[in-house]
Amino acid sequence: MGDLLRFATAGSVDDGKSTLIGRLLYDSKSVFADQLASVERTSVDRGDDYTNLALLTDGLRAEREQGITIDVAYRYFSTPVRSFIVADTPGHVQYTRNMVTGASTADLALVLVDARKGVLEQTRRHAALSGLLRVPHVVLAVNKMDLVGFDEAVFDAIVKAFTDVADEIGLADVTAIPMAALSGDNVVHRSDRMDWYDGPALLEHLEQVSVERDHGEARPSRFPVQYVLRPMSIERPDYRGYAGTMASGTLRVGDDVVVLPSGRSTTIAGIDTADGELTHAVARQAVTVRLAAELDVSRGDAICAAGSPPQVLSSLEATVCWMADAPLEPGAQLLVKHTTRTVRAKVTALLDRLDVTTLEREPAEQLRLNDIGRITLRTASPLVVDAYADDRTTGAFLLIDATTGETRGAGMVMAGTLLP
Amino acid sequence: MTTVVPGLSQLDLLEAEGIHVMREVAAEFERPALLFSGGKDSIVMLHLALKAFWPMRIPFPLVHVDTGHNFDEVLAFRDRRVAELGARLVVASVQADIDTGRVREVPGGLRNPLQTTTLLRAIEEGRYDAVFGGARRDEEKARAKERFFSFRDAFGQWDPKNQRPELWNLYNGRHAPGEHIRVFPLSNWTELDVWRYIDRECIEVPSIYYAHERQVFERDEMLLGVTPHSQPRTGEAVTTRLVRYRTVGDASCTGAVASPARSPREVVEEVAVTRLTERGATRADDRASEAAMEDRKKEGYF
Repeated sequence: MGDLLRFATAGSVDDGKSTLIGRLLYDSKSVFADQLASVERTSVDRGDDYTNLALLTDGLRAEREQGITIDVAYRYFSTPVRSFIVADTPGHVQYTRNMVTGASTADLALVLVDARKGVLEQTRRHAALSGLLRVPHVVLAVNKMDLVGFDEAVFDAIVKAFTDVADEIGLADVTAIPMAALSGDNVVHRSDRMDWYDGPALLEHLEQVSVERDHGEARPSRFPVQYVLRPMSIERPDYRGYAGTMASGTLRVGDDVVVLPSGRSTTIAGIDTADGELTHAVARQAVTVRLAAELDVSRGDAICAAGSPPQVLSSLEATVCWMADAPLEPGAQLLVKHTTRTVRAKVTALLDRLDVTTLEREPAEQLRLNDIGRITLRTASPLVVDAYADDRTTGAFLLIDATTGETRGAGMVMAGTLLP
Repeated sequence: MTTVVPGLSQLDLLEAEGIHVMREVAAEFERPALLFSGGKDSIVMLHLALKAFWPMRIPFPLVHVDTGHNFDEVLAFRDRRVAELGARLVVASVQADIDTGRVREVPGGLRNPLQTTTLLRAIEEGRYDAVFGGARRDEEKARAKERFFSFRDAFGQWDPKNQRPELWNLYNGRHAPGEHIRVFPLSNWTELDVWRYIDRECIEVPSIYYAHERQVFERDEMLLGVTPHSQPRTGEAVTTRLVRYRTVGDASCTGAVASPARSPREVVEEVAVTRLTERGATRADDRASEAAMEDRKKEGYF
């Protein structure tokens, strides 16, 4: 049984993204006959010239009527090697929040470029968002190579231009692949029309890229407590277990830990699951932890490696992607939902706004829908945080409107600027 | 007693994600409930709930929206499983809503659209603020746009154009009294994942999911079993075929597929190479239009 790779794609219909995804799904036999028949029927009804594979992902009535992707669509396919979850997001600037959503859980970002057009504004934006959300791997898919005569020089120039952007942003791992999605060159099978390219086809790369270390098994352990299990049954009158999902690191029985924000120390007495006890638990596992000492621990607390604990802060700097129609202004009061803790917070300052196309920071009075900027926050009670650059779980939070309950924004704790 | 964890497989990760979601709900909501039909997805969801809260009992009741058009094997399975677990089962009956005139049965016998009224009544009567459903995003294109936490207004309606962004593993369940959240812990599972998991975990499912001899007739390119709720019309020939069910919904609109698969392993092999989606193959209720599911969901369907 294989493992799982989550990847996000961003782009518009005309750069061939839908064709590419359609090709991946179709060639991996993940499009079913009735789905294809339905798409073909609708394409004919709409008068499309070709079977519009975008209709496979654009499922909502409004999307089909308007011929646009409004929301993140999740698609699933698997090969004998690996299973894949694709977050297919619309690429236009007015859908930045959807891209951010898709990238938040992605192991890999697929950035599409039309070989005839090269690196565009939207390419820079997709790269910038991948960097901001710390997506560990990026694939630069240079598509429509057939329309530039499969010319190596064109590919090299685009890769060079993108590498400059990637360096500026600090993208960690970029792989560039020349392809022609419509004819399937270098999508699932290696192309014989670009013998100057000796790298893998896209699917091969997606199957091979190593994501094991991306989830922080080697980092200091972080275990946000979700739920306290107290069965109070006759068999287990005194059982008290702390249920949660390992955010990062590896927790072992006998480890010295500190419970934050209280700061009390103890050791791990046991790690339980319904299937039996474990010697250790790694990032992303859902387990139940027992502590040696009887401490007052509840939801919202974090059990952490004693040697390198996270910070406990009531004031912090963060990068925020604003997702609501009403703008964010300094002084705004919101709820912060961070790991398993939700606290009241006040935006104490708006530091700047990021132009995601030029990557320039500029002063701003407010953040509007889809804007990204830096803010300072003060919280009513402390949060147990790491910088988002170090930990995509303990460094991330939502901003929620306390009155309407709506999610207004997504925040990432800044590295190196943590305030006391 | 002690096991060592190798690298996490895809099923491990899906299981962990589902457990995480269920614990979030138990921690943040006052009155959750789990929709349990005796179908494979709700059985897997119940299995995750047992794991999530072990060694406690699951801290919420099970709710079955009973169309009255059930497969006997599925009802028997439901009752046996509930008894084994000592769980609390609330049955919300579509027949009761027909009898009291809250809904009118349409000629032709499809009761699926009527379920919405009964479901919303059950949610209101139980004052449930979170309701777990076994829906998966791979089932249908409107469901592909669903969130793990899906907000429903005071009328139970889904507004697909105004959904909350869902990032990382942070789920926003805020709602006002009278509103509720539908929660889908199996969002990221596929039909194949469900069967691989049933196989791996040795989970029991009703016998009709496996190959058996049954009297069937063909209608709308589907094989329908002869039951009190589905009878052949003139000209529809009844034959005995080796079939199994891929979904077990309302017996009047759920078709069987010809299949020799008698075990979870054989079903996994069959599903891995199938060319039709499970809903396309077996559900008349989704054939009403391209957006049949979206329209029903907006009104408050599962």
